[in-house]
This record gives sequence, C-alpha cells and structure tokens, in this order.
Amino acid sequence: MKKFLVSIILVNLLAACASQKPVEPEAAAPAPAPVVEEAPAPAPVPVVEVDPLNDPNSLLAKRSTYYPFDVSVVQEADKPAVQAHAKYLSEHPNRTVRLEGNCDERGSNEYNLGLGNRRANGVKQMLLLGGARESQIQTVSYGEEKPRCSDHNEACWKQNRRTDIKY
Amino acid sequence: MLMRVFQSVVGALFLLHCSLASAELSIEIIGAGENQTPIAIVPFGGDEKLALTIKDVVVSDLLRSGLFRMIDTEGKSPHEPAEVLYPDWQARGAEALAIGSVAAQPNGRIEARFRLLDVVKQTELAGQAVSASEGQIRAVGHRIADLIYEKLTGDKGVFSTRITYVNREGLHFKLVVADSDGYNEQTVLSQNQPIMSPAWSPDGSHLAYVSFETGHAVVYVQSLYTNQRKTLAGFSGTNSAPTWAPDGKQLAIVLTRDGSSQIYLIRPDGSDVRRITFSGEIDTEPNFSPDGQYLLFISDRGGSPQIYRMPAKGGPAERMTFGEGANFSPRYSPDGKGFVFTHRVSGKFYIAVQDFQTGQMELLTEGGWEKKPSFAPNGKLIMFASEARERGILATVSSDGRVKQRMFTRSGDAREPVWGP
Repeated sequence: MKKFLVSIILVNLLAACASQKPVEPEAAAPAPAPVVEEAPAPAPVPVVEVDPLNDPNSLLAKRSTYYPFDVSVVQEADKPAVQAHAKYLSEHPNRTVRLEGNCDERGSNEYNLGLGNRRANGVKQMLLLGGARESQIQTVSYGEEKPRCSDHNEACWKQNRRTDIKY
Repeated sequence: MLMRVFQSVVGALFLLHCSLASAELSIEIIGAGENQTPIAIVPFGGDEKLALTIKDVVVSDLLRSGLFRMIDTEGKSPHEPAEVLYPDWQARGAEALAIGSVAAQPNGRIEARFRLLDVVKQTELAGQAVSASEGQIRAVGHRIADLIYEKLTGDKGVFSTRITYVNREGLHFKLVVADSDGYNEQTVLSQNQPIMSPAWSPDGSHLAYVSFETGHAVVYVQSLYTNQRKTLAGFSGTNSAPTWAPDGKQLAIVLTRDGSSQIYLIRPDGSDVRRITFSGEIDTEPNFSPDGQYLLFISDRGGSPQIYRMPAKGGPAERMTFGEGANFSPRYSPDGKGFVFTHRVSGKFYIAVQDFQTGQMELLTEGGWEKKPSFAPNGKLIMFASEARERGILATVSSDGRVKQRMFTRSGDAREPVWGP
C-alpha cells in the first residue's frame, strides 16, 4: 500500500515537471528600460488548441441519447449531438467510442438486452453516416442490468432509456 | 371469476406466516388447495435433534404445496405401526399418519426409517429407509416429504429439487443454487458485473448463464460438481438467453453477431453454431418443448413482443399470443400441453399460462412486478421473480393459481429464478 502511494506521488511530481516550460538559457540581456505607464497587455492567445471534446459548451459534451418507451431510433432532439460526434470522429481517426445501450425495466431482461443493442446500433449507424469509421465504434448492450435509477416510475425510467457515448 | 376473487380473499385471511427457524430466509404461504389432506407428522424417535429438523422440513414442505393440513400430534408419539392407536388419530381428524425413527451412524451417515399409514383404512401406504451423508439432514426431510406427497396426491414430489437465481445487492451480483425451499444456498459465481439468464442442463449437472465480466454479454457453461467452466459463446456483440435441448446435446442461444438479436443452435462444447431465425427484429428467450421438436420464443416482428413457436431445427414461426399487451419469457409445461409466461398489460406484469389446444390465456397472479416464471418438474408449481417490501423476492404459485408463497432471501434482490431438476 505504501509503495503504491509513493508511486502515485512520484507520478504526480513527474507530471508536474513535464508541464513546466523548459528554462530558457540565460542571455546577458541588457536591463530593460523602465516603462512608466503601459496599456494592459492583451489576453494571451492559448498556444495549445483545446480538444472540443473537453469543451463543456460544445455539442460534444452531450454524451447520452434518450428514448421513449420501447423505441430505439435516435430522437430529433439528440440528432445534432450525435452528428457532432460523427464529425469529431471523422476528424479524429485515432479516437474510438463505446456505445452502451440501456433500457428501463419494463420488459424481460433478455428482450431489453436486444432493445439496448438496437439503441446502440441506431447511434452507430448515425455516426457511420456522419463519417465515422466502423473501426472507431464498439457497441454493447446492458439491457436493464445497469440502471442509473431504480425506482418504478417514469421519472426514473426515462433516465434509464438511453445510449451512452463513451470515449 | 367472482368465485376466484372470493377464494383469494378467504385465502388471504388464512395467511400463514411460517417463520422458519433460521434468519436466512422467511416464507409466507397464502391460499389453500381445494382438497387438503389432513395428515399428522409424528416427531421421529431416535436422535431428538435430527428428528426435530426432519419434522420441520416435512411439515413446511407439505404446507407449501397447499394440499395438506397438519393435525396436532401433542401427547402422542408412536414410532412403530404396532404402537399406533388408530381410533385416537381418527378422532383428531387425521387421514394419514407419518411415523419413524432417525439415527446417526458411527460413520456420520444419517439413516431414517419412515412409514406412512392410512388412518381410515388402518393400513401401511409406504415404508422406506432414507439415508444421507452427514450434514444433509434437510435432504432426508425433503425425500420423506416427496414420498408422502407422491403417495397421497399421485404426482411426483419436487421437494428434493433445486433452484437457481441471481441475487443482486447494489452493484454486486451472485449466481446462487439452493434447495427448492431456498435453504442450502450455494454461490456459483460472485462478481461486480451483471449475471443473468441462468439455465439448467437437463441432468442438473451444469448451469449455462450470461455474465458481463468481460464488458459485454458472454454465455458460460459451468459444472456444479467441479465448478469448472468454459465460454460457450463469446462472439462480438451480445451472447445471451441460453437454453438446453431436453437431450442435452445442444443449446439454443441468442447472438447479435450478424446484427439484431437472433436465435442460433450450438453444441455444449461451443461448436456447430447454426442460425435458425432470420427476422432481423428481436428474436429471443428460446425454450425447447419437452420432446425437443419445437421452440417457443419471443419476437417483436409483429410490432410488440409476443410469443411464437417454430420447429427446433428451423422453419416458419407461428404466433401464439394475441390481444392487448406484450408477452415475454415463455416456458413449456413439463407435459408439453401449454406454457407459462410473463404478460404485461397496463403497466403491470402478471404470470400467465396458456393451453395450446384452447389458445386461452389465464392469469395466475394479481399483477405487479412478476416476471420469469418456470415450472417445477412435476408441473404443479411455478416459480417466478416478484417484489415485496421494496425487494426482489422469489415466489411460487400452484399451476391452478390457488396457492401462493413468497420467499424472502437474506438480503438483496432475488432475480431470474429457474426451477431445476
């Protein structure tokens, strides 16, 4: 256990070092002329481009599609997000997703396994149409076995009828 | 129908709460059979502790069937036929009397000798020695209850059979095998990923089941003797819904490797995979007829999940259920004349039976969260998953709908029970 903690600390330290900028070799620069007054500098332009996947305001932040009871086609409300994921995947061929289909409890476990599979496949087809490659997509169905919420009511069921898009 | 409701109400008034000795399990019985045989189970002679357990097991087994009424044995303790004073038992209203003795042998084996007597005719109906290895005293009790049940009802007893179910507690799943009364629980598999759809091999030696331990649904077959297991089907996509053919030489399973959930046949060693449905819709939950010639299964090819029947080697499917609602999880009755299934209508789940000849559906339960029924080997009882006190529980109903019992396991939600051989 101790060894494990030490490794974690080491990893963190290394990570901290890696993120620091390399120190520039010191040149014998002349002392700058003191500036008395200056307008505030413009905000620095970020050097590294932010991955839109990590942008909370992007459509890509939406990682689940939701369905009416016993329905597996992607709903209008979810299409823009799925299309955004398709575009992202087509532009980032090294990224892969796992589509996890889930259902509410109002069926048999086995029927729901089939329905979850159909939901995940519906999202997959839309991703493929939008330019993603077959090799970037994996699908799995959990049926009703991994509910997000376990009460017997619609408020709960509607959270469980979904496909999760996991990078 | 009115009569039925009346009987249920009266039955509920006579709710028997058999709080069995152990804290691990409690059983409630509701209702009673049409004709209950009054029987006296006299505590056996010999080892007092063993005798007490035998009586407990025999009495609760017989009561659970709904077909017996217990006659008080207070103050009487015959152990041999010569000691029986029949007029005493006639006066108490008994029609049958069970007596006997039990002892532990020097090697630890338990031996019980038992006789079943007809109080009215004053004759011996059955007499048998039953033995079991050390610690298997409940098995002795179940065997004696089976003998009494067979002799007095003409049907085979099922008290010595076993059941399997999945116990879910939070995110922890356990595959359990237990005696038919829920006792003698043994864990077959325990993990933090879902387990579903256990299925007995016809000889009771193996279980097939679905596990998500590798991240997706894979079908395994595990020996209950050696605990060794192997992957039966681990194709890409979902592998599920295993069910054995009655001869044990093949299984039907459901795969999505070619797209949607379709039914395939496979040998127990995982070879010779053959697709037999081609609907492109969801075809699942296959179950073989007792003669192995047909499969019942569900499909939503007609718009909603309904029950269909097809030749087991493949061929055209015939729709079996019509009308309002959806139907799931069909299983043949042991005589092959009908099937039991889950019926969903107006947001409730019921256990229902249907006869092939009449095509009529009959509801056996009041409705709620009642799913996944399966027949006991004698066809007289049906076990299913239900819910009470906000927990998943095991329940049984007699095939005529008159007697119900609920079994509360120690903790967690009991799901997906299947009655085994």
